[in-house]
Amino acid sequence: MLRRALRLRLGPCLSGRGLGTYRRGSTLDWDGKVSEIKKKIQSIFPGGAWNPLYDTSHLPPERSDVVIVGGGVLGLSVAYWLKRLEKQQGAIRVLVVERDHTYARASTVLSVGGIRQQFSLPQNVQLSLFSAEFLRNINEYLAVVDDPPLDLQFNPSGYLLLASEEGAAIMERNVKMQRQEGAKVCLMSPEQLQKKFPWINTEGVALASYGLENEGWFDPWCLLQGLRRKLQSMGVLFCQGEVTRFISSSSHMETASGEQLTLKRIHEVHVKMDHSQEFQPVECAIVVNAAGAWSGQIAELAGVGNGPPGTMQGTKLPVEPRKRYVYLWHCPQGPGLEAPLVADPSGAYFRREGLGNNYVGSCSPTEEEEPDPGNLEVDYDFFQEKVWPRLAQRVPAFETLKVRSAWAGYYDYNTFDQNGVVGPHPLVVNMYFATGFSGHGLQQAPAVGRAVAEMVLEGHFQTINLSPFLFSRFYFGEKAQEHCIL
Amino acid sequence: MAAPRASLRLVAPVWNRGTSGIRGLSKAVDPEGSQKKGRTLLQFLTDHFYDVEAVREYLLRKQVLKVQKKNRSFTYIKERYGPYVAGAYFVLKQGGAVKFRDREWMRANEQGLSSLEFRKLQEVPVEAVDASGCAINYQGLDNLLALKELQSLSLRRCPHVDDWCLGRLYQLADSLQELSLAGCPRISERGLACLHHLQNLRRLDISDLPAVSNPGLTQILVEEMLPHCEVLGADWAQGLKVGPEEQSRDAASSPIPAWPSAPPHQARSLPGCAERPTAHPSGSVGLTQLGGSGWGEGRRA
Ligand SMILES: Cc1cc2nc3c(=O)[nH]c(=O)nc-3n(C[C@H](O)[C@H](O)[C@H](O)COP(=O)(O)OP(=O)(O)OC[C@H]3O[C@@H](n4cnc5c(N)ncnc54)[C@H](O)[C@@H]3O)c2cc1C
Repeated sequence: MLRRALRLRLGPCLSGRGLGTYRRGSTLDWDGKVSEIKKKIQSIFPGGAWNPLYDTSHLPPERSDVVIVGGGVLGLSVAYWLKRLEKQQGAIRVLVVERDHTYARASTVLSVGGIRQQFSLPQNVQLSLFSAEFLRNINEYLAVVDDPPLDLQFNPSGYLLLASEEGAAIMERNVKMQRQEGAKVCLMSPEQLQKKFPWINTEGVALASYGLENEGWFDPWCLLQGLRRKLQSMGVLFCQGEVTRFISSSSHMETASGEQLTLKRIHEVHVKMDHSQEFQPVECAIVVNAAGAWSGQIAELAGVGNGPPGTMQGTKLPVEPRKRYVYLWHCPQGPGLEAPLVADPSGAYFRREGLGNNYVGSCSPTEEEEPDPGNLEVDYDFFQEKVWPRLAQRVPAFETLKVRSAWAGYYDYNTFDQNGVVGPHPLVVNMYFATGFSGHGLQQAPAVGRAVAEMVLEGHFQTINLSPFLFSRFYFGEKAQEHCIL
Repeated sequence: MAAPRASLRLVAPVWNRGTSGIRGLSKAVDPEGSQKKGRTLLQFLTDHFYDVEAVREYLLRKQVLKVQKKNRSFTYIKERYGPYVAGAYFVLKQGGAVKFRDREWMRANEQGLSSLEFRKLQEVPVEAVDASGCAINYQGLDNLLALKELQSLSLRRCPHVDDWCLGRLYQLADSLQELSLAGCPRISERGLACLHHLQNLRRLDISDLPAVSNPGLTQILVEEMLPHCEVLGADWAQGLKVGPEEQSRDAASSPIPAWPSAPPHQARSLPGCAERPTAHPSGSVGLTQLGGSGWGEGRRA
């Protein structure tokens, strides 16, 4: 009963709301004007520390229909689709709260920017196909009058996934499903592989799958900035600050089977300003949790998971930061322009970077090797011991390579099933998730943003049915396991 | 906490700061820095009146729609006459030229588009397409990808052909022998990389691609990637400026029309690259001259 009730609960509908104010992004240079006036006042009252015009433009508004926590690619995509799908221009006020506008630690800009359709779940294939279409037409979706077109730097290049004997049957099944969903993927035997890419050592490879279209990699920073630019022209508000607290009310309910339930509703979001003790409460109707690797913390702030274990109330959002390294190396004898993104059965992967025989790649650590996510320092020994041997085994030319640089970033890692969490929380009724994509969130973002916006505005998924990605699966123990994780 | 909070309530009228910063960044994103320095009257109006902005947004969208409309497929023709005729019809409609097997080159304004003709050509494969300067895009490419016997394709100076389009040409890998992408403003080295699928390619023209950041190196890498293919690259375009006689030889030896007499750097500056080659080689030029000498003119030694 509870199950049914939770499944069917519709999200609050925001469509047809009253007119909000429409403020265009490129408003006149307010800061400049304020400081000019300040200077004038100071020249009239010399010596006075009196400051009559306290600049509050960095503060968020007092009220906003939707507050999006996290200005990474997922948060911005949700904002974009909310504005795009609103029934009337300016109907919804959207505020994006991002604590760091330099995005120094955000996964979006630290990712390797790949897009592929080779997943094990049909939903992920559909999301990726939708995103590919979005990226292809990015200058139509994100066109801003008077601004130059975006150059996404898309490299059309397939992913080449290699499977060992054990993995071959699964790979075949996956490819069949991917093709049914409309992805252009082909299977290759080791002989075909040897012929096409002579630089691969096919030892231990039983089967390979190779993407022919809509796969490759692009510049995540360009997508992020393109979204920001567009959002500003659509009247979305941005504010730099950290969400530290939610003020919510609760109501107690009982299910038909006598189970006690506490439904919560967030009324206010507290945004703490950078480098200060100030905070601003923002009244809101909907909160979107798009805080990436930190979305587990945001969920906790809203009271998700602080009930007794085994109950819905006690079910945490299983998303945590996991540190992943990316290394960039140079290898003059390495594979040429035709090199796809190669993913070895051992988990190691690499792709070409630019034209100068540079490559980027890495390997995910095992559960035991999982590094401390406290900082973003790079462990070069990990390359020496875990990544390089696997690479050199697969591509003998990589025996001689030179690591040029490296960086680390956080996966928004879903420990439950390595897959996204999309849609409302069953108990904190106005918190929506767009997180947990564990290493494929960038490419899914355009489609996931749309799905969340549909949920918020219409109360159900329309374009792509993402009900297997709802939060309630953690309570019911139904995994939407994604096997193809790099 | 109370005091700052009280002052926080003095809400400033404008929240969105940093707009200029974003603008600056977006400029960095633009490959050619095409943003005009001087502010036009329209821009001024846009900044002050939302209505003007809405109108301009509408116009922007209309432009896009126009290209999309030009690239629709002709489902009716395809169902009735098959892929060859549908593909040919599409190309002719766009202002390009097609060559059916054992026939002369066909151009819309010369032959016209009679359904009688189409019925005759229903079963005849299209071997060569010259779509230079056409408004063909990703979507419109569908019509060409259905031509499974296509041996020669010219997409010279097509303003809407981009790297995503090149990612689809693998579908012609079995037949395609000649490909010209010269002068396409949106093709970069990233798209050229996926031509490795075209293992039957014998000639590839990648000269004068303004979006390729490193033409010399790119050409070498493309040659390595396609060892059986003759690649015309940057130095070929330079060779053009030297001898006008060489040009005419080029025109005679290839089913793909010659570069117009303007030097490449001039052609590049033309907005939209919409201008077309003045004369099309007459129907006598066929694919049989594949081994002709004109192509290798400026090849890397
Ligand atoms: C090394 C690496 C490689 C990857 N490769 C790929 C790939 O090839 N393809 C792919 O699709 N994906 C890839 N990913 C995954 C992808 O980067 C992420 O899934 C995606 O960027 C998640 O986007 P996001 O917006 O949720 O997260 P983020 O970009 O991390 O954004 C979250 C934002 O929330 C902000 N925030 C957090 N807490 C608060 C708070 N309390 N208040 C205010 N703001 C807050 C943070 O500052 C951050 O900017 C990769 C990730 C890594 C680390």
